[in-house]
Amino acid sequence: MPDQSPALAFERVTKAYGATIAVDAVSLEIAGGSFVALVGTSGSGKSTLLKTINRLVEPSDGRVLLDGTDVTHGPAPALRRRVGYVFQNIGLFPHMTIAENIAIGLRIAGRGDEADVGALLDLVDLPRGIAGRLPDALSGGQRQRVGIARALAPGAKLLLLDEAFGALDPVTRDALGTRIRELHDRLGLTTILVTHDMAEALLLADRVLVMKAGRIVADATPAALVAGEGGDDAQALVQVPRAQADRLRALVA
Amino acid sequence: MSAFLDALTRVPPLLASHVLLSAAALLLGIAISLPLAIWSARNAAVARVALGFASLVQTVPSLALLALFYPLLLSLSALVGGGIPALGFLPSLIALTLYALLPILRNAVAGLQGLDPAVSQAADAVGMTPAQKLRLVEAPLAAPVVVAGIRTAAVWTIGAATLSTTVGQPSLGDLIFAGLQTQNWALVLAGCVSAAALALIVDALIGGIEQGIRARRRWLWIASAAMLVTGTALATAPLWPRGGGGDRTVVVGAKNFSEQYILARLIGDRLTRAGYTVTYRDGLGSALVFGALSGGDIDVYVDYAGTIWANEMKRSDVPERTKMVADIGAWAKSTHGVGLVGTLGFENAYAFAMKADVARRQRIASLDDLVKAAPGLTLGSDLEFLERPEWAAVKRAYPLRFARTTPYSPTFMYRALQSGKADVISAFSSDGRIAADKLTVLTDPRHAIPGYDAILMVAPARANDARFTAALRPLVGRVPVEAMRTANYQVDRDTDKQTPEAAARWLASKIGLPSS
Repeated sequence: MPDQSPALAFERVTKAYGATIAVDAVSLEIAGGSFVALVGTSGSGKSTLLKTINRLVEPSDGRVLLDGTDVTHGPAPALRRRVGYVFQNIGLFPHMTIAENIAIGLRIAGRGDEADVGALLDLVDLPRGIAGRLPDALSGGQRQRVGIARALAPGAKLLLLDEAFGALDPVTRDALGTRIRELHDRLGLTTILVTHDMAEALLLADRVLVMKAGRIVADATPAALVAGEGGDDAQALVQVPRAQADRLRALVA
Repeated sequence: MSAFLDALTRVPPLLASHVLLSAAALLLGIAISLPLAIWSARNAAVARVALGFASLVQTVPSLALLALFYPLLLSLSALVGGGIPALGFLPSLIALTLYALLPILRNAVAGLQGLDPAVSQAADAVGMTPAQKLRLVEAPLAAPVVVAGIRTAAVWTIGAATLSTTVGQPSLGDLIFAGLQTQNWALVLAGCVSAAALALIVDALIGGIEQGIRARRRWLWIASAAMLVTGTALATAPLWPRGGGGDRTVVVGAKNFSEQYILARLIGDRLTRAGYTVTYRDGLGSALVFGALSGGDIDVYVDYAGTIWANEMKRSDVPERTKMVADIGAWAKSTHGVGLVGTLGFENAYAFAMKADVARRQRIASLDDLVKAAPGLTLGSDLEFLERPEWAAVKRAYPLRFARTTPYSPTFMYRALQSGKADVISAFSSDGRIAADKLTVLTDPRHAIPGYDAILMVAPARANDARFTAALRPLVGRVPVEAMRTANYQVDRDTDKQTPEAAARWLASKIGLPSS
């Protein structure tokens, strides 16, 4: 694993479930170190596209390149240990302590003694004292922070966030989003955030991709989108937070 | 109460066999079920077939399942040229193992499939290989459910193991079956109480393991498991090999009625005096026992000439008694290597018996007389008579058509006659109850019923063992039918019942053998 941030390329990636096409021949390049948001409504194919990167979904056609190498080259577990993946339902192992959950990626790779659980807890703003507890004893926000620490523990430079903040309350959600952006900059990650919340995408990402019916329909910077660019589908999504902001401003006035 | 305490003294060796059999069946069941469950959880077609098969096995009554493996193993053994025991431990082990599959399989599949999909996806996403996922995530999370299945299987297995008595495997069922046969309720109680106590203790200990895993209390499940292992080891202690012994241990077989129990003790006492260590296999089915002898599962037992003649030799002619015994001896030797030491001196033939007053009123004295009256009468028989060739032979000679035929265990057959539930019974001529109940035995003018001289049969390995046969020879021609009837009655009567051991001691002294 090179120390610099990994770059990604999708080449005509397609995923069909029977007659239904979830991802339709998507070609796309993502530069190392970028923070990309993938926005769309439910069923637009954004989560399926994300999972083709760590092979939780195998494309029906096309390929995904990570730093120029096809991800299907080599065994899937080896690939996944280099890619941090955080999703809405978190999936902490209920029978393992917080420390064991965080260290699991290193443990299964035979590098268990390298795990610095304390430092990882610091990284996601959790008290070190919770290391010995079981996931049941934590709040939803704390559990998602543990999920992020678990994803980063093996030294992953590519972070995939699959609706990672979807189940959290707005305050926790905002705090965690900000924290992720800080970690992205500090650790030199390449981050892909899948979300249906355009406001979150605009505020966190360098580049926003809008997906609809399996295709990328808009690809622009947050500034450009706010300025009205990116086409009708993107603007329909941008319109929601913009209208909310206008109404809030009207309240203050 | 003292009878019950007395019966309890017979528990330890039977408990040892019972525990060994149940534990072996359970472990084998686990060893088969768990890999099958893992495969089933990943493949719906496999799950359908495996669970379907296990459920099907479960619908077969356990007694029938055990009995089924006798002919199966017998033909398998014949196919590979012998060497596979069809009686005893092996058929019991296979049947009980099959019985244990369903609860373990079903729970393990449910446990694996019930895993939270998020946890399963997380295991993939962090980069676990399928083996790591199974070991680190799936197995620990499914464990409580799997252990609950093992617990159910353990209780079932311990209960069903009592039935292995019928295929010649010692178990706590020996006490229950023998007690039922001789109406020795203390014995039945001792067997039931021990089996139930064993099941409850094992249930509690595996429950402790389950609880310990569920609540993540390591000490609880480790302590429970340790007690389970220690308990199993201690309970099977009577079976541990103890140097010496070797071929000095002999097994005396007995069918499932009082006379057989008494004769087995009489034979056992002779052998003990000759320096052998004797164990008993009681309650063997009449159809199995000759196979058990020729297969070497038992060393010696008493059979009846007519039974071998009709059932094993498939003969339907009825020669004179001494010729029949001589022919049986030659046949047994040449076809199975089995030795016939000699006749004991009495006959135990099938005898159709009626209450004296009823027979007199209906003017029935012979089987010929019975033909006319039969359509208005009920025949009470023992459990196997109606299926035996002797009954077919009787029907050929006398066209008997009874209004009803009802099979009973022998003891209850006499009760049925007394209470009027049966009008005629297929009694045994050496049964003490014929004289005691003043029954009329119908004559057989057409000689349809063959002779039933009691004959001493020994296993092929013992047939040429001079010391062994010498120990038995004093019994030849020594037991008159009156003495046998009295001994039988001591065990069968309702009041002042004796144990088969006591009756055997009485019989020994009666016929002038050392008896103390």
